[in-house]
Amino acid sequence: MGNTPSAEAKAGWTLVSPPAIYVLLMLAAPLLLVFGLSFAGLEGGAKVSLPLQEGQDLHFTLSNYAKLFCWSASDTCSSTDVRMAQATATAMGRSLLVAALVTLTTVLLAYPVAYYVSFHVHPSKKSLWLFLITIPFWTSYVIRVALWRTILGYDGAVDAALGAVGIIDQPLNLLQYGTLAIVITLSHAYAPFAVLPIFVSLEKVDRSLLEAGQDLGESRWTTFLRVTLPLSMAGVVAAVLIVFIPTVGDYVTPELIGSGKVPMIANFIETQMWKLRNQAMGSTLAVSSMLIVAVVATLFVLANRRFLGGRK
Amino acid sequence: MKQGLGLRTYTVIYLLVLYGPIIILPLFAFNDATTVAFPLSGFTTKWFGQMLADANLRKALVNSLIVSLSTATLATTLGILAARSAVRYSWPGKGIVMGSIMVPLVLPEMIVAMALLVLLLAAGIKLSLFTIILGHVLIAMPFAVAILSSAFQSLDKSLEEAALDLGETGWSTFRLIVLPLVMPGILASFLITFTISIDEFIIANFLGGGEPVLSVFVFTAFRFPSTVPPVLALGTMLVAFSILLLTIAEYFRRRGVAKAGGKDTGGFL
Repeated sequence: MGNTPSAEAKAGWTLVSPPAIYVLLMLAAPLLLVFGLSFAGLEGGAKVSLPLQEGQDLHFTLSNYAKLFCWSASDTCSSTDVRMAQATATAMGRSLLVAALVTLTTVLLAYPVAYYVSFHVHPSKKSLWLFLITIPFWTSYVIRVALWRTILGYDGAVDAALGAVGIIDQPLNLLQYGTLAIVITLSHAYAPFAVLPIFVSLEKVDRSLLEAGQDLGESRWTTFLRVTLPLSMAGVVAAVLIVFIPTVGDYVTPELIGSGKVPMIANFIETQMWKLRNQAMGSTLAVSSMLIVAVVATLFVLANRRFLGGRK
Repeated sequence: MKQGLGLRTYTVIYLLVLYGPIIILPLFAFNDATTVAFPLSGFTTKWFGQMLADANLRKALVNSLIVSLSTATLATTLGILAARSAVRYSWPGKGIVMGSIMVPLVLPEMIVAMALLVLLLAAGIKLSLFTIILGHVLIAMPFAVAILSSAFQSLDKSLEEAALDLGETGWSTFRLIVLPLVMPGILASFLITFTISIDEFIIANFLGGGEPVLSVFVFTAFRFPSTVPPVLALGTMLVAFSILLLTIAEYFRRRGVAKAGGKDTGGFL
C-alpha cells in the first residue's frame, strides 16, 4: 500500500500505545514495586506499612528474606520468626503438592476428552463440544468452589450417592480431609484449562502420519504412543503450565473448602499484605513464591524440551 | 468404531461431572430446608424472595453492574487497539508488548491484586469501585485481545485496500469497512469481559475499599450457614445469566467468523 516500513511501525505503535501504557502502569510498575519492597526495611526493624509516615525512610535490607530461613531461634530470629518461617515453608510445600496433584489429575483426565473431540467428532461439531466444555469455566469461580463444600460435606451429594448404592453406611464427610477436598475442587475448576491446549496441539497432528504408521504395521495403540502422543506433547506442556501456575497461587479454595485451616501460600501473602499491613514481608513472600514457581516451570519445560520447538 | 464409543462414553461422563455443581445448585436453591444436605425436603421459592428483599444485595448488584460495564467497555476498547495493531501492522517489539498484555492470564490473581494494592497504597489512591475497575481491565484485556485478534485475522485485507483505492481515508475505511465486519467479535469480547468482571472475586475483595459487589457478597454469605440458602438462589440466577451471556457471545463469534468467510476453528481461546 506504499507504506514504508517505518511509517507502518509508527502506525502500529500509535495504535498499541494506550493498551501498552496501561499494562506498563498497572502491571509492570506494581510488580517492580513489589520486587523493590521485598528488599525494603525501616529503622529498628519496624514493619513497612504503606503509605509511609512522615520521616520514615526505607533502606535496602535482606532481612525479609533472611526471616524465611529462621529454622531455629537465634540473635536475629525470635521464636515468632521461627514459627512464621516454619508455617510459611509448610504452606509453600502444600501449595506445590496441591498444584502438582491437581495438574496431574486434570491433564490425565483431560487428554482423552481432547483426543475424542479432535479425532472422533465431526469438524462441524467440534466448536460446539469445546463450547460445552468451556461453559462451566466461565461461571462464577466462587460459586463453583463454594458448591463443592455442599457436595463433599456431611450428607452432601457424595455421601448421599455412595450411601444410596450401599458403598458406605456412615457419611464420609470428605470435607474434613482439607487437602484432599482442595485437590478435588481445584481439579474440577481447572479442567477446561487442560482440555483446550491439548486439543489445539492434537488438531495440528498430521493425520497422514498416523496412516503411515499403521501402513507400516504399527497397531493403533503403538501409533498413538509413538506418533500422536509425542506430537501433542507441546499441548500437554502448555496445559501443565496453565493449570500449575494459577493453582499454586489459589486463595479462594483454601478459604472456602479448607475453612482456612489448611492455608496455601496465597493466604499467607494476603495475611501479610492485607491483614497485618506488612507490605515488605508480603512482597518478599510474593517474590519468593513466584521465583519457586518459575524455577519449577523452567525445569519442567527443560525436561520436555525435546518435544517442543516444532517440526523441522 | 469400538474405540470411539469408549472415548465418547468417557467424554460424556466427564462433561456430566463438569456440570455437576451447576446442576446441584438450583436443586438446593428451590429446596425447602435451611441446611444444604440430601435428601431434598420440598419445593419452595422463598429463598428467591428473601434474596430479592435484601437491600445490601441490591446495592452490591448496582455496584457490580457499574464495575462490569465499565470494565467491558475499557477492556474491549484497549483490546481493539492492541489486536488491530498486532494483526494489521508489523512493528518492532511486537512480541514483547503483546506478550506483556497477555501476562495476567498466567499470573496468580493474588499476585496481580496485591501488586496493584501496593501501588495504590504507595500512590495514596483511595480504594473504591474505580480501583476495582483498574484491576479488572488488566485481567480482562488478554481475553479481549484473544477474541478480537481472531476477529481481525479473519478479515480480508483486499476489502480495505479496495476502499482506500476508491478514495476513502484510513479512518473512514476503518469505520465503514473494518468495524462492521469485526462487530460480532467486539460484541463477543464485550460480553466475555463483562462476565469475567462480574464473577471476579479477589481483586473485587481487596481493591474495593469495602464497597459491596456480588462476588464478595456471595463469598461472605457462603461462610455462614444461615445465609447459604438465599445465596444459592442468587447463585442460580448468576450462573443462568452467565450462561445466557456466553451463548449470545458464542453466537456473535460464530456469526463473525461466517461473515468474514473464515473457517470456524472453535472456542474462545
